[in-house]
Formats: sequence, C-alpha cells, structure tokens
Amino acid sequence: MAEKMLMLALSPTMEEGTIISWSKKEGDTVAAGDIVCEVETDKATMDYESLQAGTILKILVQEGNSARVEQAIAIVGESGENIDDLLKEITKAASEPAVGETSGGETAVRETAPGADVAREAAPAAAAARETAPGANIAGETTPAAAVREPAGKERLKASPLARNMAAEAGIDLSVLNGSGPDGRIVKQDVETVMEHGVPFRSAPGISSTAGTAAVERGTAFGSGSATGIVEEHIPVSRKRAVIARRLAESKFSAPHYYLGLSVLIDNVLESRDRLNSRRAKGEEPKLSLNAFLIKMTAEAIKRHPIVNAGWEESEIHVFGSVDIGLAVALEDGLITPIVRNCGAKGIIQIDRELRELIRKAKSGKLTPEEYTGATFSISNLGSYGIEEFTAIINPPASAILAVGTAVKQPKELEDGSIKFHNTMKITLSCDHRVIDGAVGAEFLRTLKAVIEDPLNALL
Amino acid sequence: MATIMMREAIRQAMQEEMERDENVLLMGEEVAQYNGAYKVSQGLLDTFGPERVIDTPISEEGFTGMGIGAAMAGLRPIVEWMTFNFSLMAIDQVINNAAKNLYMSGGQMRSPIVFRGPNGPAEYLASQHSQALQSLYAHVPGLKIAAPSTPYDAKGLLKSAIRDDNPVLFLEAEMMYSWKGEVPEQEYLVPLGKADIKRQGTDVSLVSYSKPVRMVLQAAEELAGEGIDAEVVDLRSIRPLDEFTLYNSVRKTNRCVVVDEAWPFASVGSHVGWLVSRNCFDYLDAPVELVSSEDVPMPYNHKLELAAQPSVEKIVRAVKSVLYR
Repeated sequence: MAEKMLMLALSPTMEEGTIISWSKKEGDTVAAGDIVCEVETDKATMDYESLQAGTILKILVQEGNSARVEQAIAIVGESGENIDDLLKEITKAASEPAVGETSGGETAVRETAPGADVAREAAPAAAAARETAPGANIAGETTPAAAVREPAGKERLKASPLARNMAAEAGIDLSVLNGSGPDGRIVKQDVETVMEHGVPFRSAPGISSTAGTAAVERGTAFGSGSATGIVEEHIPVSRKRAVIARRLAESKFSAPHYYLGLSVLIDNVLESRDRLNSRRAKGEEPKLSLNAFLIKMTAEAIKRHPIVNAGWEESEIHVFGSVDIGLAVALEDGLITPIVRNCGAKGIIQIDRELRELIRKAKSGKLTPEEYTGATFSISNLGSYGIEEFTAIINPPASAILAVGTAVKQPKELEDGSIKFHNTMKITLSCDHRVIDGAVGAEFLRTLKAVIEDPLNALL
Repeated sequence: MATIMMREAIRQAMQEEMERDENVLLMGEEVAQYNGAYKVSQGLLDTFGPERVIDTPISEEGFTGMGIGAAMAGLRPIVEWMTFNFSLMAIDQVINNAAKNLYMSGGQMRSPIVFRGPNGPAEYLASQHSQALQSLYAHVPGLKIAAPSTPYDAKGLLKSAIRDDNPVLFLEAEMMYSWKGEVPEQEYLVPLGKADIKRQGTDVSLVSYSKPVRMVLQAAEELAGEGIDAEVVDLRSIRPLDEFTLYNSVRKTNRCVVVDEAWPFASVGSHVGWLVSRNCFDYLDAPVELVSSEDVPMPYNHKLELAAQPSVEKIVRAVKSVLYR
C-alpha cells in the first residue's frame, strides 16, 4: 500500500525545509533509518532518516525546492504499485484553500502560502495565541505570532464589573490594586479602601500607603541586584498624574509666563465676611469662604478687563463671554480645578454654595469632565498652608492665574504717629504674554486690588 | 386585621370571587364533599352548591381539559390539582390548549382559568410527590404564574388570577397552608407581576418566591446578627416577572443570591440569575449565586430529604460567598 513520505520537523521551530539533495532516487528501496535526503532547516542542514520501508515510487519535491512540515515529499510503496489515486489526493490537497487561510489575519503568521496540512496546524496555533493573549486590550495590539512567542506575559486582570466602574469613575488604575476576592479578583471593597486610604503596596497586601499618591512597587519585582539598585521606589505614573504632568508642562513650556505681584489690604473683605456670616441664621449653611469672595471680586475685575478672560489659539485669540473661574483643589493623589461658571453674573452666596459642592465632589472623585475643564481664569490659594507668596502655572485654555498667599498682619503708621495693624495678603498674577501684555496685566491687578480693598468699587 | 391561615386566605379569595361573579366555579378531586384534600375549599359546596363546586374523577387530563373547555365557553373555572405532581397528567391540556388558545385563535378565544394546588416538596413524600415543577410551566409563553409566600399575598393574588383573562397557575404548598398572617377585612387585590420587598437591606439581594421566602427571611435575620444587611425580594409572580423591582434592588446592593427550591438546571432561579447577570452586569460585585435543591430525585430518607433542599445554612453560605467573607 503506497503512502506519503512527509517532511518532518527536524528542529523544534522548523516550519519548512529545503531539500538540498536526495540520496535515493525513484525505484530505490529504503529501510527504516535509511538516510533518504538532506534537508536545510531554519537552523542547520540535517539528514532525513526514513521512518518508512519500501520502494520510492515518486519523488514529489525536487532538490532545491522546499516543503512545509507535514507536506508530502515522496511516495513510498511496493514496486509497480499504482499510485494515481494517491497523486490525485496530494494534488487536490495542495490546490484547496488551506483551512487557516479562510480565517483571515491569523494565518499571516505564516509568511508563504501554506500547504493544506500545514495550514490545518496553523489555525489552532493562532487560536491558541488568541487565548493566551493577556486580555482584550493587549490582545488587540499584539500579533498572534508575538503572543505565541511570549505567552501570557502578564496575568489577566480580574475585577468585578462594579469595581471596574467605580475605579474608572474615581480615576484609579486597577492594575495597581491587590484584589481580595477569589483568585485575586478586585472587588468593591478593594476600590473603596483605596479611595479612603490610598493605594496599598502591591507586594504587601493589606498595608496601606498613607501618602496614597500611587502604587509603589519595590523589592523582588525589580531585583535588588540590578543596576537600578539605587532607586528606592518605582512609582508607576497614574493616569491622573500623567495628565497633570502633560498639561502643566505644555503650559509652562509653551506659554511665556510673567508674574506681577502686589500686596492688598483685606480688612474690608474680612469684615464684610464676618458681617455676612453673623447675619446668617444658626444651623443654616456653613460660613462663607474667603475663596468665594476672591472669586467674585476677581470676576468683577475681569469684567472691567475682558482681555484677561481670553485664550491663545495660535491663529487667533479667543475672548470668552462667560467668566468661568477654576479653583485649584489639592487631592491626595494630585490636584483638580473645579470651575464655578459665569461668576460675573452670580453673587457671593451662590458662588460659595456651588464651590462647596464642587469641592465635595472633587474630594470624592465625582467631578464630571464638564466641571473641571475649560476654566477661563484660575485661582490657586495656598494661604491655608501659611505660604506668603508664590507663583502658579497657567491652566490652559486660560491666560492667567492668580496665586493667593496667606493673610499677614502689617503695622502702619497713622498721621498722629500711632501704629495700626492691617490684614494684608500677597497676590501674584501669572500671565501668558502672548495674550496679556505687562501693562494690561498690571491694570487688571490694580483694579482687583481696588475691589478687594474696597468692595464698593465693584459697584462703580 | 385578622390573622388567618394561608388555606383560609385562599378559601376567602375563592368565596369572594364566586360571590362576585357567578361564572366562577371550582372543580377538582375531593374539593366538594370532602371539603378539599387540604381543607382549602371548606364550606364552599354548602354555600354554592354542586353546580359550582364540582367533585371530579381521578382523571387530571380529563377534568383539566374540561375546565379549559368551560373557560373557552365563557366560564371562569378554578381547577384544583391535589398536587402539581399530578398535573403532569394534564400538562398537555395546559401547554397545548390553555396556553395557546388566545394566540392560535387570533385573539378570538380566551382561557380565563386558574390551575391551583400545592407545589414543591412537603415531607416524607418521596421522589414522585416532592417536586417543584414551576419551571416546566414558566417555560411556556401564554401562561401566567403566581407564587405567593404569605396569606395576604395569596388572597390578593388569587383574586387577581381569577379575574385575569389568561390561564394562571397558582402555586401553593402543603407546608404553607397552616402558615398564618394578617389579612385585612376589606377587599383588596395584589396585582400579578408585582414583586414585594419583604425586607429592606443594603448588602445583598436575596431573591425568592413561594415557600422558600420564609426561610430566606430567617437567613436574613441570622445574617443581620453578623452585621450583614440583606434585602429580601419576594417575586410573588414568576410570569409576568417584575424585573424593575428586581434590578433596582440588585443595583442598590451590588450582590444577588437567588433561592429556588426547584432543581438548578433550567429553573426559574437559574433564569432569574441570568437576567440579573445580564441586566445588572455593571453593578455586580460578585457572580450571582443560586441556592436550589440538589440535582437529584428527592430522597425518602428524611435527613437526605432535608439535605437535598435549600436551607438557612446554604443561603447564609451563599451570601457570604458573594460578600467575599
């Protein structure tokens, strides 16, 4: 009974081989173990030892030609045997589309047109590649061939659907969490823990990092003996941190900043605030914040200098209609600038109410993008940290930001020679010179000083 | 409010509806002269006479088919099966006639009929008489199924079922007939297709219906002692199913354990579990759990009989698994 002599995989990675020379010719008899031909593989040239015994009835692949693994290279049988049927079968198999080819891209792993037998093998290989690819996102970016070479480099992230949603909403990168569920599944409680206490050490489940800035990997994951041994900690950059870095760098490097500073008397503001607060019934809303006053007064000054409420858009300058003031709010893992919209048209009480709600949402990670993008002016107040004065980086698309320092008591000599103490505060305006020239910025700041020192000026 | 037994609540519902509508009648084995195998129809023969309270031969397919014919002719029969185990004789009538008349007649023929009787295991009744068969019927479009767990719900639902123009299966349970509960003196209805939150909670939704609801409430009490606040959703109707209440509860608690005393494969419980997985996916913190009877014929040995069914212990264990405790 005639049978096919197949190209064998002579090395573990061999997919096809070239027949350098045949040591048997048609009509020769072969015994199992006889060398029948010499094959060049991807690694070396090797002898092909026959697994079959009989007479070589037909050589199918001539010297110099190549054959894929499992492809027939010769027919072995009894001398004089009719091999027409077998030849037909072989020809038919070669002309039929390979199984794997119909499934499109996956067989691209194979570079040349495969023979039917080989392709049948290729298809499951590609399917296996799909399965070992480490998760949907990564699979999309990895070719099956690469996935075959490096199966399951990273373990699939397991998280409950709820935990995924909560993390996405809070901007937490799930991959840095330890899952407490079965098989390391990240569940609601894990996300809540992080929202409350910051991200735990990945290598030490259960320990919370009170600094809470990002995940910290240490120890074995990087190998203590490596060249990076002097690095104490590797802190992966969270998505939020990456956005902060990109936006601030963009602003600082592309917008030519200059700074104007002055000192303002805030006795009147403080006194007005006390008066308003004492007028509010007990148990009513909380006390009005100084920031609400600053936002309102800044809006009034901006109304008188509309160019301060504008943005650089390369070919044109956009002057914004509504004064939308963002207030920088520090978070455990970065900062965010929630925005009070249309401050020019709102009173202090309304601004204060909105601001409080925005800050509450900011602290719990609940701000929607509309609530923190697109400020036309920003304020950063580090007064509560005792900072006397500082400069801030402009928050695009705005062209200016006001840096507010702490209240300081300053002595002042009166005409009668006595000394009176006043509350003062340093404010520093950062301007984008492309939009706001020095004199314009100075005029604005002078108006702002006048409004803060005597709020009546806002009514003029 | 009077505190009465479930059997009395069911009898009141039938009596009130028979008084209200002369087309309503009751038929079944031993319902008339013997006053019902479980004394549910006590006194009805005396009140309404043998034309409306009819003892039938031991022939489920015959009298079930006769009831369906009567319904098609304009009456509103209540067919009592001595147990749902016997309904297997009559299942062809229910599925191929009652469920399909309206559809196949192009809306011309209605089947306003109620099939009622005890369903599910009682005690010491062995494999053939301890079956919860509701999923056989729940599978079929054209049938409604009510599954109360309290006398109040039973009375209100049965009155709604009798007034409904569709065939309604009404699941009772031998063990439930003597359960007591408050039922108002004045008339009321409980609509079909409206679930009831039997216990408010925040940590996990326990979803059940019919007899197991009481066990689920016991489990919820036990869990409360361990600081787990379970919500108990009593579906009350299997078809139509109140998906709104179901999903609202699971979206609130993020976890779901379905308790169904039927077998697990292709059951009402497994279907509810799929619905929740499908429609509350983004709200789930754990896979939906199903506490069912074990996938075996009911053993006669009493210890094994109990072990084959859902228990407080099994429910508590399932709740802890979805809470990762």
